[in-house]
Amino acid sequence: MGIPYTVTTRRDTGLNNGKIGIWLFLASEVMLFGALFASYILIRTGAQTWPRGDTVLNVPLATVNTIVLISSSVTMVMAWASLMRHRFETFRIYMGITILCGLAFLVIKFFEYSHHFEEGLYPRSDNFHAIYFTLTGLHGLHVIFGMAVNAWLWGPGSKLWKTNPVWFTNRVENSGLFWHFVDLVWIFLFPTLYLL
Amino acid sequence: MSDPVVVGPHPHVAHEVHHEELGFWRKYVFSTDHKVIGIQYAVTGLLFLLFGFSLMMLMRWQLAYPGAPLPLLGRLLGDTRMPGGTMLPEFYNELGAMHGTIMVFLGVVPLAVGGFGNFVLPLQIGAPDMAFPRINMMSYWCLFLGGVTMLGSFFVPGGAAQSGWTSYSPLADIAGTGQTIWLIGMIFLITSSLLGSINFITTTIQLRAKGLTFMRFPIFVWAQFVTSFLLLLAFPPLEAAGVMQLMDRVAGTSFFLPSGLVVSGQPLTNAGGGNPLLWQHLFWFLAHPEVYVLILPGLGIVAEIVANNTRKPLWGYRSIVYSLIFLGFMSFIVWAHHMFMTGMGTAMAAFFQTTTMIISIPSVVILTALILSLWGGSIRFNTPMLFAVGFLPMFGIGGLTGLPLGLNISDIPLHDTYYVIGHFHYVVAPGTIFAMMAGIYYWYPKATGRKMNELLGKIHFAGSLVCMNVIFMPMFFIGLAGVSRRLFDGGAAYAFAQPVAHLNVVSSWGAWILALFQLPFIFNFFWSIKNGEPVGENPWQATTIEWSAPSPPPHGNFVGAPEAYRGPYEYSVPGAAKDFMPQFEA
Repeated sequence: MGIPYTVTTRRDTGLNNGKIGIWLFLASEVMLFGALFASYILIRTGAQTWPRGDTVLNVPLATVNTIVLISSSVTMVMAWASLMRHRFETFRIYMGITILCGLAFLVIKFFEYSHHFEEGLYPRSDNFHAIYFTLTGLHGLHVIFGMAVNAWLWGPGSKLWKTNPVWFTNRVENSGLFWHFVDLVWIFLFPTLYLL
Repeated sequence: MSDPVVVGPHPHVAHEVHHEELGFWRKYVFSTDHKVIGIQYAVTGLLFLLFGFSLMMLMRWQLAYPGAPLPLLGRLLGDTRMPGGTMLPEFYNELGAMHGTIMVFLGVVPLAVGGFGNFVLPLQIGAPDMAFPRINMMSYWCLFLGGVTMLGSFFVPGGAAQSGWTSYSPLADIAGTGQTIWLIGMIFLITSSLLGSINFITTTIQLRAKGLTFMRFPIFVWAQFVTSFLLLLAFPPLEAAGVMQLMDRVAGTSFFLPSGLVVSGQPLTNAGGGNPLLWQHLFWFLAHPEVYVLILPGLGIVAEIVANNTRKPLWGYRSIVYSLIFLGFMSFIVWAHHMFMTGMGTAMAAFFQTTTMIISIPSVVILTALILSLWGGSIRFNTPMLFAVGFLPMFGIGGLTGLPLGLNISDIPLHDTYYVIGHFHYVVAPGTIFAMMAGIYYWYPKATGRKMNELLGKIHFAGSLVCMNVIFMPMFFIGLAGVSRRLFDGGAAYAFAQPVAHLNVVSSWGAWILALFQLPFIFNFFWSIKNGEPVGENPWQATTIEWSAPSPPPHGNFVGAPEAYRGPYEYSVPGAAKDFMPQFEA
């Protein structure tokens, strides 16, 4: 049994189901991270002392990570654009780079985390580290989830290209929207935690 | 980004119903059919309602006869809960916390949103299924896992969560293992609701039948649509709060733990500097919209049934729709009226009591429109209609008794007393649950092809209506006398509570007799599957699109692609041949 507008767009809304679904999901994600940012503000304004991010965190590493993640957003768009031009092999290259960028981000993050642990700084140490580990940890989970979806689209999921290229392109676009969101969260996290 | 898709012809043309036989597991257990999932949700919700009700009946024993051993059952619950049949305060707290959690998150929401939403909404908008059938299945199984987790928490050392359904910090931060399990369970339930709400909104926007514009939606569809937005946007902050509380409990952080906290004479070793009020803000940011999640589907069901059984159009369709939208919007900015006693300051209190008074306006508009709809109708008093009509004054009492709680000054003496319990139970028990019952009697013929027994239904209604009032009316008096809602002996240890202590006995017997009056319903529910009066497509002579599908609807729902030709409630149109003009008939 077919569900209408899975692939095609509905004329009066101009959208397919997946596109609405992913935007609604992102709206809920905004509320999730919004609540955490609000908590950050409340806890920080109520704190007697609060370290400046650059005194306890590694700003150069985070800057590299920001560049890595923004680059991956660019390659994500390129992957989608390749599909729009029916260049499947180019898509695989760009999608592959996107996934590798995600991996690079996580590796750098891993080094940052292990450095904190070596210094004996854990979430329980103080509220700065509590919110730092919670926010970046949750963001890291989002990176892993996005990479998993992208890897599936790069590998087994790409079989759909042969049978229904339009549907596959829509899926890559939706996955891209999520990936851009993950990127955007980091764009907010970086100054909030590392610089302010 | 532009879409590579060329807009094709109307896709309903391309969609044909073809039958592939599915095995038992795919058909009834891991089904992607919205009707099966809806029934799974509804049955799960009903079972949890029964379970949550049983927890409360145990509590009512303790409140009516504090310290008296409970015959028979008391000993069965074991020495860690009821030694010698007498209830321990810790067990009472477990029952209280889990009664609230189960009734709200595992009883009413799965039944009202998961059950009715899944079963009725796609049929009412003329859709073949939900927009994302597999995500739909996943959201049910997330709920199921959440339910199992919550039930399992009764068996961990120290028992289930004891910090109330609100899980307030710092109490919840220092509570036993059950609280951690509670948080994990909540994360499953939140995920389930998020997936469900995305599905509902997408389905409503995309899969409505040709000609079904938004202003031709039945009120039930509008109610579910607004409800889904509330779930979508209000639940994530609680998820964030849940993650932080979990971090507090597992990783030793201090998000909600202030400095210098001393527990049982021992100073806590955590870093401190956290803010317990932050939890309350995040919790109520969900939990106030959640109140409307509980009531809006009920209002939608009642609107359907009132229009159908008065045989006339709803009074003020547009007013109801705009009120629903306004209600949904306002419900996000009233949450701190639950926090007048936290010392958050008069400026904040003034803001939130003003928004609270404003939000009562659309609620009153809807209730008034429904009552005015009765005016001059030739009313059919069948069981669904009895429950719907019973809903109106009960919800009215619940709503009006809420006004003193919404105003800062009058809330101070009433806060956390039994008055509050009386108020919100009038809204959700004889309110929402009556609406749910009305909906079950109303759509049962669509789901099974048979009507439920009318006589048993009327016994169920009459008994429930009386008992609900016997239970909850005394709570207003107990509360006005100043008895706190948290006391495990119902105030027996306090002199000031003595004049109202006997009312606890009245209330408890009301609850136990209410349980007896549910037996006709339970029997009716199962007996009618095989033995009810067989009915055709449209047993209630109703106008909305779900009644054009066969009863029960096959996989794919409709025989042809349904179309909407007019508004949802065209009853008794002057000059028409019959007293109803269905939306789906040209």
